[in-house]
Amino acid sequence: MTTSTPTLTKTPRPGRSGGAPRESRLSRSAAMVIMGAFTLYFLLPIWWLLVSSTKTLGNFNSTFSLWFIPTSLADAGDNIVKLFTYNEGVFPRWMLNSIVYATVAGGIGTILAAMCGYALSKYQFRGRELIFNTVLGGVLVPATALALPLFLIFSQMQLTNTFWAVFLPSLVSPFGVYLSRIYAASSVPDEIIEAARIDGSGEIRTFFTVAVRLMSPALVTIFLFQFVSIWNNFFLPLVMLRDQTLFPVTLGLYTWNSQVSQIPDIRTLVIVGALVSIVPLLVAFLSLQRFWRNGLGAGGLK
Amino acid sequence: MALKNLRIAAVATAALVALAGCSAGGSSDSSGSTASDCAASTGKVDLSFTTWVPGMDKVVDIWNKANPDIQVTVSTVPNGNSGTYQNFFTQLKAGNAPDLGQVEYDTLPAFRVQDGLANIASCDGVQAAKADFADGLWNQVTFGEDNSVYAIPQDSGPMALYYRKDLFEKNNIPIPTTWDEYAADAVKIKALGGQITNFPKGDVNWFAGLVSQAGGQWFDTSDGTWDVNLTSDVSTKVANYWQDLLDKQLVSTIPGFTDQWNNAYDTGADWTWVSAVWGANTISSGAPSTTGDWAVAPMPQWDAAAPTSGAWGGSSSVVFKGTKHPAEASKFLLWLNTSTEALTALNTEANLFPASSTGATLPALSEGVPFYGDQKIYELFSEQSKVVSPFTWGPTMTQTYSDVSDGFAAAIGGSGTLLDALKDGQTKTVAALQAQSIPVK
Repeated sequence: MTTSTPTLTKTPRPGRSGGAPRESRLSRSAAMVIMGAFTLYFLLPIWWLLVSSTKTLGNFNSTFSLWFIPTSLADAGDNIVKLFTYNEGVFPRWMLNSIVYATVAGGIGTILAAMCGYALSKYQFRGRELIFNTVLGGVLVPATALALPLFLIFSQMQLTNTFWAVFLPSLVSPFGVYLSRIYAASSVPDEIIEAARIDGSGEIRTFFTVAVRLMSPALVTIFLFQFVSIWNNFFLPLVMLRDQTLFPVTLGLYTWNSQVSQIPDIRTLVIVGALVSIVPLLVAFLSLQRFWRNGLGAGGLK
Repeated sequence: MALKNLRIAAVATAALVALAGCSAGGSSDSSGSTASDCAASTGKVDLSFTTWVPGMDKVVDIWNKANPDIQVTVSTVPNGNSGTYQNFFTQLKAGNAPDLGQVEYDTLPAFRVQDGLANIASCDGVQAAKADFADGLWNQVTFGEDNSVYAIPQDSGPMALYYRKDLFEKNNIPIPTTWDEYAADAVKIKALGGQITNFPKGDVNWFAGLVSQAGGQWFDTSDGTWDVNLTSDVSTKVANYWQDLLDKQLVSTIPGFTDQWNNAYDTGADWTWVSAVWGANTISSGAPSTTGDWAVAPMPQWDAAAPTSGAWGGSSSVVFKGTKHPAEASKFLLWLNTSTEALTALNTEANLFPASSTGATLPALSEGVPFYGDQKIYELFSEQSKVVSPFTWGPTMTQTYSDVSDGFAAAIGGSGTLLDALKDGQTKTVAALQAQSIPVK
């Protein structure tokens, strides 16, 4: 998160004309140069991906890899058609799987985290801090370390190699609980909850009609975090699944990539597939970005 | 015979496999590994088969149509070292491994030591299949034990020398037949601004192939314990040979199978590649602008009077312990890996070079390949596969590869030598075996 602070602290733009501290020209341009360099650093691989996915395997090595060639447009079309039809259209299936895992599990996970964080913030009960600290401890345990134990547990329940093996573990987000609690504490005043109670609203109704609205920037943030981490979660599906029709797109592309030495043509599909697979992430970010920035900013102004 | 003492260790280590602290309870590996009776099941049998051979589902469709009573379901997963081996071990531990799987030769001992493989020696036709395979290859799947067969060889990777025929001819440089000539040619090529080949720091199994060609061994189990010897005279000789080429900067040091590496071949910066039969497609796809310029010759020799070759890669098909249908599983594997029908399909779908001698007669393998100036390269590889020196793999090759590869990278970076890397790999491999309670000398 620290890396994104520059964009956040830039927000008081309207105040510039009215006597806000002015940075020197030198420090401004230094900052611009550094940001420019980092932007280039992050965007270059994506540019490479974009350009490479418009080439045939033959032109992939033999032409300059950061610019298009005359046949790019036609080849890009061919590549995409090939990607979506190869192996009886397994790629769209993987995309669909990823979208279902990430949106459905991310959505339910966000609600669960919000309820949990809200409860921890607004209700006084014995063991509250113990529960919170345990959940917080969960943030420190990398998901990768849990994949093998989860596999053994799911084996006992005969659930490995099923949809549920990837879906169920994706529902929980200790970080989401943490963020919800902090955010609920700062943005949902106790007085409003009191008022709702006096008006005769039940606790659950209060949560969904009042608290959720006040917390919505945080919920978007949690959802995006969940969405991205489920989308990128690779190790859990790798351990749990062996049926190709259940693979998320990350694991599917990885499988293809490991076959490149036997079927060289797949290389193009891996590249185009990687490009297509980031599109849903882009869509999610661009459409929810506004809320997300609000959320982080508001949380930081305590 | 060789691994008898290991059975005790196998049971002990099975408990230690991979997952500290997670008891999955009640797995069923009681009877050690005596050749289980291989009784046929009654009724319709469903088998699960996990592999990373692309197009395997299409090959298996042929079988499923002809054998309604033995239906095989294929799962295509990432290749072994990309996670699937670890999954196999976990699944064996949890008792839900597939009936059939793919395991490369260098990893078979790891599965054997962990007692993960069913002994199918008593199944119909399995012992007879021995005649279909070269002795060295068959030895890989029996570990030299009596009355034991733990896998059926699928494809093999005999090695030879890929070289830029046009460049050698144009510059009047003789095709090297010995390693001395190879080093001499390297000097001439350097003078012309090229490099004779590339030393890939990450491909330790490639280096093992070179050691095996020279007649070396890294592991020996002939007296019942594991004898690890990465620094034998032969190993040292091969390491020093390449160290010398590296010191004189006669070879490039690009990581193998990267775009940069493809580019070195595509632009003619690197002139030769000592590689396995499957490398034929790697070059033709990586260096498309050199079509027709390549040719294949036998590997350079240490002793020209007794030509040998090495092997790099290759897979076998195994029946995992815990399957309820070993008879049907073996029947399927024999069809898959020795019948002309299946081998032809595997060659068409996945470019597999069959391990079985039946496969050597496939029409597709006796045709000229345009990329190699219409040379009949597969006939040459068939010849080479007959002189591949046998090699014993260790039970912790993933660890050995990674440690030696770290040392190779350091040597290329200028600290230490290839031999130092092998010495370090030796120490760490012995430690790894001891840590798994595998008896080591």
